[in-house]
Formats: sequence, structure tokens, C-alpha cells
Amino acid sequence: MGLNELIALLSSDTAIQIIASVVKILIILVLCLQVPPLMVWAERRAPAMMQRRKGPNRVGLFKFRLYGLLQSAADAIKLIFKEEVVPRGANKVVYHIAPIFGVFTALVVACAIPYGNDLTVFGQKISLSPIRLDVGFLFIFAISSLAVYAVTLAGWASNNKYSLLGSLRASAQMISYEIPLGMSLIPLVVIFGTLDLNKMVIAQSAYPWSWGIVKAPISFLLFLVCMFAETNRAPFDLAEGESELVAGFHTEFNSAKFAAFFLSEYVAMFVLSALAATVFFGGWQTPFIPYDTLLGLVGGMEWLAALAGFICLIIKAAFFLWVYIWVRWTLPRFRYDQLMSLGWKFMLPVGLVNLLVTTLVVAFIEHAGRN
Amino acid sequence: MNPYLPVLIVLLLGVGLGGILSGLAHFAGPRKPNRIKEEPYECGVPIVGEKDKMSVKFYLTAILFILFDIETVFLYLWAITFRDLGWFGIAEIIVFLIVLFGGYIYVVKRGALEWD
Repeated sequence: MGLNELIALLSSDTAIQIIASVVKILIILVLCLQVPPLMVWAERRAPAMMQRRKGPNRVGLFKFRLYGLLQSAADAIKLIFKEEVVPRGANKVVYHIAPIFGVFTALVVACAIPYGNDLTVFGQKISLSPIRLDVGFLFIFAISSLAVYAVTLAGWASNNKYSLLGSLRASAQMISYEIPLGMSLIPLVVIFGTLDLNKMVIAQSAYPWSWGIVKAPISFLLFLVCMFAETNRAPFDLAEGESELVAGFHTEFNSAKFAAFFLSEYVAMFVLSALAATVFFGGWQTPFIPYDTLLGLVGGMEWLAALAGFICLIIKAAFFLWVYIWVRWTLPRFRYDQLMSLGWKFMLPVGLVNLLVTTLVVAFIEHAGRN
Repeated sequence: MNPYLPVLIVLLLGVGLGGILSGLAHFAGPRKPNRIKEEPYECGVPIVGEKDKMSVKFYLTAILFILFDIETVFLYLWAITFRDLGWFGIAEIIVFLIVLFGGYIYVVKRGALEWD
């Protein structure tokens, strides 16, 4: 194949799209891998701040301590070079698959979040979410449900009673809260009339009074509670319950496999935070500055406007990540029966009633608008 | 371009990355297994009892989850076609929700959601 033919092949529309999507995927994956170290650092410094102690503040680069920012990098390196101990009697295949499941679900879902409006590159429209589907919402739910497998398989495969108990609790909790999570977002589909996350962000516009949180406040509260339950975070961290179950489902996982579970947990938290920002807080919309005005402000340079949007989304998501830490060091742990009855007996009926009321209100408003 | 092509790429990359990450220590770390080290960690106490016993409650939760989750997916499909269906669709979904709620009340009354 000659050089000219190669150039022609690479500059065809399909080739540009494929190259663009691979580049986007790699960028998002690399960015997602930066979340866990930062979050681990924040999660050590923030409680230290709340409890008036110092927290990690030594590990830095050469003479600069950087507030101990590199502590998590040091931990990651330590974990990678540790000995991998597989407990006797463990189901080897499942034991090795479980952490992969966790990492993979978290990363795949991260690719379905819209990180900005469409860009035009080489005359091609390129969307800023690596995976752009008409059924984006359903895709996110479908893949993130798979996270339960990581927990269940990990606990079951490691031949440890604590692990098994932890994984049973965790999986029962995750599936129980998946129902209110799904229910809480249906009213938004009704209001905005789309399952495409990017279209939902556009429909919310730049003004906070037309964002999802104003239009569906009950949904937001339900979603917020489910966010904590789905990631097994305090106050719903019974799966870990370190005082009773050692570490729950990942008791027997050490070295890099433990790091993989850690990573997937924090990426999952980031994904849910970004989803909350996208659905309830206008996603990549810059507050009070509509996209077209923003484009005019930066002299028509689309990439600058996209960058501003991306930073907005990250700030909104970072707020929710902060809420995760904040709540963890504020609220005590729930009891298991309280957790289950909150999910099944309170959130599920509230979700259904919320859906019904939202539907009727939307229908009456639109009916009135048509006449 | 087929919008599902990136999905395939992401799936492959995700599995690959997960595999590399969790397999790293297998190659980077030392390897000196012995009997004591490989014992399951149960707080240092000799292992007693059977492992594979679990409360039947968890099965019940799983079954209820499947029931209600399918309803949720069904509601999504209704929610996007809600404008096209008009009042007929709303009436239908109210009937559907009443039936669903009837089942839910039955489940609560039978005590399937009690944990004690």
C-alpha cells in the first residue's frame, strides 16, 4: 500500500471517527486513573482536618512536601511490589477474575458520561463522550449493575467466612438500592424526554432554575442516598464494617488486587458524582453563560468552550466527591435491618409516588401549553 | 460509524487494563508461599465451622430485586414514549403502577422485607 493510499484511508470520515474515539477513550481512562490517588489523599487529609490532626504530610517530591500528596502514589507502588498471597482453598479462576470485573465496570461507565458539547474537528462532528448512545442511560445502568458481580465473586471465591458475609451483605445492599436508583431517574427521562445524556444536558440549559435538581428535587434526594449505598460508602458501609468483618469482601485480597478494588471503588464514586452533576446540575453547562454566548466570548474557539465546560463538570463532580468524604466522617453506620427497610420500605414507594406525581404534573403543564 | 464500535473498544481496553492492574503484583512481587501464610485470615483464630451457609433472606432479596428491576426497565421504555402515547399511556401506566403497588404491599405484609 502506497503512502498516498494510506493518507487517503486515514483521512476518510470513518477513520477519523475511529481514531478520535480511541483517543477519547484513552484520555478518559488515563484521567480516571488519576481520581483514586487524589481521593485517597483527600480522604486522609480531610478527616485529619476535621479531627484537628495533621494526616499524611511527609511524602513529596525531593524537597517539596506538597502536603503529602504523593503518599497515595507511594502506597500504590508499595502495593504493586508486595507478595501476592492466594488463600488456600480459594477458587483460583474466580479469585483472579473478580478484581478485573470491578475495574472494568467502573472504567466503562466513566466513558459514557458526556464531558462536553460536540466539537468539529477536520469537518467532522465529534462528541466529547467516548461512548455516545441514544440509550446512554440504560447503558450506564446495564454496565454499572455488573459491579455487583465483582463483590459477590470476590467474597465467594476467597474461602473466608468474613469475606462471604461481607459480600452477601454488600450484594444484597447494592441490588436493593439499584431499584430506587433507577426509579429516581425515570422522572428526569419523563421531563427531558430523552435517554441520551448529552441531549439531557443541552435541555437543562445554562440557567440553574432549569436544571434537574429544581425540576425533580425528590429524585435528587433519592439519587443522593442511592449514590452512597451503591458504592458501599459510609453511612452504608456495612459490607466492610471493619470492626466486625475485618474488611468485608476484599479481606483476602492483597497487593495489586487490593489496589484494583480500591481503584474501582473510587472510580465508581467519581462516575456516580459525574452522573449526578450531569443529570441534576447541568453537566458541562457553565452556570449562567449559555454555550453560544460562551462561544462568542472565547472568539469562536470551540475547544476553549469545551474546556470550560469540562472544567465545570469536574468541579461539579468534585463537589459530590467531597460530600462522600464529608458524610463518611459525619454520620455513624446504619444497622443492617435499618438499611434494608430504608431501601425497600421508604425509598421504593417514595420513588414510585414521585414518578407518578412528576408524570401527572408534566402532562398537565404540556396539555395546558398546547391549548 | 456504528455507535457501538467505541463500546467494543472500551470493553476490550477496560478488561485489558483491569487484567494488567490486578496482575501486576503477580510479576513484580516476591513469591515465597508457606502453609501459615496461605491460611484464610479469620482474625488469627483456628478456622471453625462451615463456610457455605447463608441466610435464605438473601435469596429472597435477590428474587424481589429481579421482579422490581424489570419493572424499572419497563418504566424507562414508557418514559421516553410518554409524549407520543398521551393520556392513554398515562392511564395505562397508572394501572400498571397500581398492580405493581398491590404486589409490593403483599410482599410487605407477608414480611418478606423484615430482617431480624
